[in-house]
Formats: sequence, C-alpha cells, structure tokens
Amino acid sequence: MVAYTLRRLLIAIPVIVASTFTVFLLVTMAGDPLANLKGRNPPPSPQVIAVEEQRLHLDEPPLQRYWTWITGVAQGDFGPSVRTNVDIGHEIAVRFGVTVRLIAVAVLLALVLAVVVGVISAVKQYSGIDYGFTFAAFLFLSMPSFWFAVLLKQGGISLNNLIGDQVVYTIGEKSVIVEGGAWAQLADAAGHMVLPTISLALLSFGAWSRFQRASMLDVLNSDYVLFARAKGLSRRRVIVRHALRTALIPMTTVTALDFATLISGAVITETVFQWRGLGEFLVTSVSQRDAYAVLAWLLVVAVAVIVFNLIADLLYALLDPRIRHE
Amino acid sequence: MSDHTGAAPRPPSSAQAAVAVRQRSQGELVLRRFLRHKAAVISLALFAAVVLLAFVGGALWRYDYADITSAVSVPPSLDHPFGTDNLGHDTFAQVLRGTQRSIEIALLIAFLAGLVGTLWGAFSGYYRGITDSVMMRIADLVLTLPLLAVAAVLTRATSGSWWFVALVIAALQWAYVSRVVRGVVLSLREKEYVEASRALGATDRWIIFRHLIPNALGPIIVNVTILVAAAILVETALSFLGLGVQPPDTSLGLLVSEADTAVSTRPWLFYFPGAFIVVIALSINFIGDGLRDAFDPTQRKVRA
Repeated sequence: MVAYTLRRLLIAIPVIVASTFTVFLLVTMAGDPLANLKGRNPPPSPQVIAVEEQRLHLDEPPLQRYWTWITGVAQGDFGPSVRTNVDIGHEIAVRFGVTVRLIAVAVLLALVLAVVVGVISAVKQYSGIDYGFTFAAFLFLSMPSFWFAVLLKQGGISLNNLIGDQVVYTIGEKSVIVEGGAWAQLADAAGHMVLPTISLALLSFGAWSRFQRASMLDVLNSDYVLFARAKGLSRRRVIVRHALRTALIPMTTVTALDFATLISGAVITETVFQWRGLGEFLVTSVSQRDAYAVLAWLLVVAVAVIVFNLIADLLYALLDPRIRHE
Repeated sequence: MSDHTGAAPRPPSSAQAAVAVRQRSQGELVLRRFLRHKAAVISLALFAAVVLLAFVGGALWRYDYADITSAVSVPPSLDHPFGTDNLGHDTFAQVLRGTQRSIEIALLIAFLAGLVGTLWGAFSGYYRGITDSVMMRIADLVLTLPLLAVAAVLTRATSGSWWFVALVIAALQWAYVSRVVRGVVLSLREKEYVEASRALGATDRWIIFRHLIPNALGPIIVNVTILVAAAILVETALSFLGLGVQPPDTSLGLLVSEADTAVSTRPWLFYFPGAFIVVIALSINFIGDGLRDAFDPTQRKVRA
C-alpha cells in the first residue's frame, strides 16, 4: 500500500512537469505581459520597462524562464507576478481556502442528494418518481452553469425582497465589515455561501444521481440480493443493509474523477457571484498573460486532482476487499 | 457491420403459420429499440425542429441578426417575439443566429474529437505495448490541461473566430473519446473473429478499419452524441467568460453573457437564449440516452 502510494505520486511528477510546461509555452505565446505598461500614456521610460522585464525574467529565453520557475517552486517560491502588488504564493493560499470551502460543501450536498435520489429511482424503477428524477437529472446536466447561477441569483434577490431582509447574499464570499461576534461572522459566511453552493452542487448532482441509479440497479439485480430476499429478509433490510452498501462503492471513484470538473465549474460560479477564489485568480491571470500565476494555479489544481484520485483508489481498495494495490 | 443484412424471410412453421418470423439486421434492431425510447424520439424531433428553425427560419425571418431597428429595448411583442436589446437588435434574429453558431461549433467539435479520438484509441488499443503506453500518456497529458486556461490563452492570442473556438475545444476533448474507444478495442481484439481474420492473412489496417472500429461504433456514437451536448455547454461557458466567439459574430453563450447585466431590466435578453441552450442540450442528452439503450440493451435491466 505504501509502495503503491509512493509509485503513484512519483508517476505524477513527470505528468505535472509536462502539463505545466505545455501551459507555460501557451501563455508565453499568447502575448506580451507588459502590453498594458507599454501602452500607458505618457509612455514609460525604457529603463522602467527594462526593470520590469528583468523582474519578470522576460529578458531570459523561455526555457530558462521555465527552469527558473520550477527550481523556485521546489524551494517554495512561485515566482514574480505581472501585478506588482501580488505575492503569488500568498494569494493562492488565501484563495485556495475560499474555493475549497465552496467545493467541499457543494460536493457533500451533491453526494447526499445524488445517493438519495439515485437509490429511490432505482428501487422504484420505471415509476413516475423515477421518470421525474430522470428528467430533473438530465435538466441539470443540460443547463449552462452560469445561466443557472444567474437564475439562482435572481431567485435570491426576489427572496430577499419578499422577506424584506438580506437573508442570502449574491455578491462576494463575505461582507466587508461584520458587526458582532463569532456567530455573526458565521451567519454572514453562511448567507454568502448558500446560492453559490447550491449552484455548484446541482451541476454535479445530475451526473452523480444517474450513476448512483445505475450502480444500485446493478446490485439489485445481482444474485446475492435475490438470495437475501429468498432467505426471508425484509425488502427494506435488503435494500439498506445489503444493496446500498455495495452500490455506494463506485461513487468514490466518480466523485474523485469529477473533481477536475468541479474546479472548472467553480471558476464560473465564482465569476457569477464575484467570489475572490482560485477561479477568479485564473481568469485575471490569463487576461494579464501572467504566466507564473497561471502555472501556480495549474500546479495547485493538478496536485489536488492527483491526490483526490489517489485517495479514491485507496478508499476503493479499503471498501472492496477484492481489489488489491500491489 | 452485420453479415446478414439481406433479411431473408423464414418459412413459417406449421404450428404458427400466422406468425411471420423475419430475421432483422443489426441496424434495424438498433433503430427499433431507439424508436421505443419515447423521450429520445421526442427529443430527436425537437432537436430537428430547432435546427430547422435556426437555419431555415433565420434566413426567412424579416430581420437579420445585425439589423438595427428603431425599436430599442422593447419587451416581446408580435413584431419582435423575443423583444429587442438596447441597440435595437431583434433578439429573435440574434437567438436564431446564435443557435446556428452554437450548433455548428458543437457539431464540428464532435466530428473532430470523434474522428481523432476513435483513430487514436483504436490504434492504441490494437497495438498495445509501448505504442499504447506512449499514446495513452499523451492522452493523459491532454486530459490534465485545463480547458479554461488553454482556451483562454489561445482565443486571446487569435481573433476568436467560431471555427477556432471549436478547434481548441476539440483539441482537448478527443482524449475522452480515445479512452473509451481504447477500452472497447482492448476487449474486441481478443475476439475469435479477429483471430480468424488474422489467420486468413488480414493486415493490421484491415482488422482495425473493417472489424474493430465498426464493432466499436455503438459506444463511439453514444459518446460523440453526449460530446455534442457537452460541447454546446463548454462553448457557452467560454463565451460567457469572454474567451469564446467574439462580437460582431454571436453565439448563444455570448448572448447570455451580454444579457448578464440586464437580467432585471430586460429579462427577455437573458431567458430566451438560455432556454435555447437548455432545450438543445437536453434533447441531445436524451437522444444519447436512447442510443445507449438501443446499442446496448443489456444495460437496461428490468428487475425480475
């Protein structure tokens, strides 16, 4: 198990290097990061530009710039940002917390919903409920994430107007000033989280509930479930104790594999609700052709995806004893 | 695909003289199973209607998407069924034009990604060994590249014409198809008919193109169909972030993103293009579901 984990992590290193290098080349080809500075009126002096170029290592050939970055990362230095006031490492750390909070709660919500709906759908296959849930799942699969997010935002505004008080917030991840103690802080954060979380969760819910339904149907049709029923166990007991436990196992893999999708979904959600998270960081960095900042984002996301997949595989082996990682 | 396409009627047996038994070709069976899936058939009709409306209706409609009318920001009326925007563009004409673009982009993505993914997966799965390792590592690398970052960078560097947006998305999506095809081919290549073909002296190319790809066609068609729906959503997301189709051209995603700031004042600008996206993606997803059931009836289990 330890050897397997180590091997998996070692294999991941060349993948991350190749991936960051490709993206680095793409961003470098995309344009001049100093275009904004050079376009200023009055134009800055050549010395100012030369200093900036030196600070961003733009005077070095691309290969060397990548080498500077990757050796820096190995020592915990994420390199200079085009935006002079931004420390990439610090910025990424702060935003990581914001995004993780969003994704973690959304995943939890989506999982619970998907399991409940998927199991009910499977147990009552081809009933009205099943068709209703199927339609709902397909609907969420087919909705553009930002469109749905804006719909929710409108719904939130109407809700606030209806109650006559600010219950849910539609902008930002927290209020600038919160009066009161820890409870007020918590309530404020929760009020900001409601809509973005629902928006992100329902996007995954569509696919996951379909998967849970298929997995549950598979199990319900297996011989051991038939045998348990024949033995005289109640239907309820068979479904909960025997079928559901087995049907939950494949969900670990699906959740982990969808992690990358969730991160790009979070980019959209954060943009609509104006959260200052990793997604917004990426969009800004790309628009400024801030190569090192984009690479830092990619690095964090790639490591997260790899770790999640690894955890899923290890968990899978733990839950299903037939699988052994040697 | 099938070796008994000529459906020869069997002589009716004496016991069941009234019941005509006919052998059906594979394609016929798939079609019959698909037609039994009501949601899929309705969706197919709906999708065809939307395509017809966008391509034929767009040409016939009295306004062009670029026309600037004297009616500014009017809500939906008989003259402007979807209203107009703050410059006087007829929203109905714009939505039709956007639908054309979005469908063109999605189909181009599905075609390119399907073609490259199928060939890549088939060769990788057939040859196995070192070829397979190298090809699949490349596919893995493509899967790790974040679509948003790549698209953002490339579309900013170029003008953002619609086919370029399609090309960028396809360049990342083919890897999914190749994984599916490889999985199918890995099991197909061990089948007896492949062995028989090889014993008869068939070349690798012959086996791949005449046996493996045709027999993997079911999963390929299903995955490419779902890819069309995914591609529409990806295109709209990119256009929303300002990284997809650029004005003066338009797409459904761009229309929604332009309406983002006007949701409360001119809601029709936001709801109509969005509804078109949902209808298109929903119908394609249901078509994909119907095709999956039709190609692989074992997946649709009825409990005893």
